[in-house]
Amino acid sequence: MSLWPLLGIALVVFGFALRFNPLLVVVSAALATGLLAGLDLVAVIEALGRAFNDNRYISVTWIILPVIGVLERFGLQERARTLIENTRGASMGRILTLYLGFRQITAALGMKDIGGHPQAVRPLVAPMAEAAALKTHGALPDTSRQKVLAMAAATDNVGLFFGEDIFFAIASILLIQGVFESYGYPLTPLELSVWAIPTAICAFAIHAWRIRSLDRGLAITRTGDAP
Amino acid sequence: MITYEWLYVISGIFFALWSLMSLVDRRWGNAAFWGLVAASFFFGSHLSDLANGTLVLALVAIAGIGGLSRSMPATTAAKARAAFAAKLGNRLFLPALIVPITAVAGTLLYNYTPLAETQLFEARRETLILFGVGVLAALAVSMAWLRPAPIAPIEEGRRLIDSIGWAAILPQMLAALGAVFAIAGVGDIIGSLSQQAIPQGSVFFTVVVFALGMALFTMIMGNAFAAFPVMAAAIAIPLLIETYGGNPAVIGAVGMLAGFCGTLLTPMAANFNIVPAALLELKDQNGVIKQQVWTAIPLWVCNVAIIYLGAFVLWN
Repeated sequence: MSLWPLLGIALVVFGFALRFNPLLVVVSAALATGLLAGLDLVAVIEALGRAFNDNRYISVTWIILPVIGVLERFGLQERARTLIENTRGASMGRILTLYLGFRQITAALGMKDIGGHPQAVRPLVAPMAEAAALKTHGALPDTSRQKVLAMAAATDNVGLFFGEDIFFAIASILLIQGVFESYGYPLTPLELSVWAIPTAICAFAIHAWRIRSLDRGLAITRTGDAP
Repeated sequence: MITYEWLYVISGIFFALWSLMSLVDRRWGNAAFWGLVAASFFFGSHLSDLANGTLVLALVAIAGIGGLSRSMPATTAAKARAAFAAKLGNRLFLPALIVPITAVAGTLLYNYTPLAETQLFEARRETLILFGVGVLAALAVSMAWLRPAPIAPIEEGRRLIDSIGWAAILPQMLAALGAVFAIAGVGDIIGSLSQQAIPQGSVFFTVVVFALGMALFTMIMGNAFAAFPVMAAAIAIPLLIETYGGNPAVIGAVGMLAGFCGTLLTPMAANFNIVPAALLELKDQNGVIKQQVWTAIPLWVCNVAIIYLGAFVLWN
């Protein structure tokens, strides 16, 4: 077996590490991998074109931007911040931990479309987390602010990934079922999805602890700044 | 029957309007880039594979030479926004909730009532189609209630799509890369390599190599779905289940979750890791991944322990 097609993977790794434009990296890797596997250039471009076209549904989600944009024009982010400023005892740690649990539970019930980056994190969760951090710790240096925003996005991902597999009718569970069935191991989706629960509990514990560490770290950065 | 093709036409209209406004704004690169995306939505189904491939290369060329720039369409000032927020209050959240509620409640209603028999929507496509319906409804409600200038949704949308820039089509491009990897047989190569990495006779180390293979191959491909069939065929089925007699349900379910830990660590999972960095206007493109590293690694260790205990120690 020829190992040459793996060079495409190396291209991806180096391209991302050296910070070339990711689209350029991805297409170069696709062309290199196809050519090294013995396809001719036209066939690779055709394969790329067909796959790009078949996956257009992924980019449909951007049609939500005008809705978010109009609501932001009328102060959606500001309102999200005010709500947190007026909530007694609201801290960044509590808000993100609550969102983590909410995202895991709703995803586990099959409602993985509640939440998400364009529709929930940017307009609501991130501003709320930032407002809560400001409320508890006062003005933050920009590096800390960036960490809070990034943690809001990370929390959405962790909640989704380690909640959705508890719901039995989800694509990944059906994929596992299909693969195992083809090898003669018939399993029901429910048999699989209950085994997502231990990992979900670990994910909540680990990520909630990480959120708390970040919140405490912000307090230390603050006192470090003081004379 | 409503199909994805309807959504593609709606998306094409949105991207075409953003292209047009970029033209008015004299941002030629943006106009060409969003114009090509619109063309892909409108005509992709009718173009040859080669024409679609050429369109992909043109998109990449524009992004590669730095042809995209951030636009600053007129919007409300911070002070005005604060005033609006104070006046409109929590009602501002309601239009934002229309989209997820339509998608979730609509999907449940459609699938668990006789509505499914009407075959109104293309099979298994109802959630995304209902998402589109929700977007149009939310837009209509916001416009009727807030009454901004008719151009506002287009310009506010353009402000956001330009802030995301080329990252907007990166997830779709990565899916295309995955397809090329599959044609080139990358999965088979990885599978046979990982088989060679396994020490004979050790159940625990076989579990570790399986979980590591899932995470690393997921990092390469950007999602665990491509990694799972490869690792199942190379390690899970022949070794963990048939040789060592492990519990298939645990190995399958938790093996997939070990892959998800890899998703948290890779820029290839662009829609989860790179797009939000752009949406939140982070300075570091990898800022989200950096916050996920110390969740993903301990969680991966937990997954190894759960497979070893659940599929072998407690099962036998």
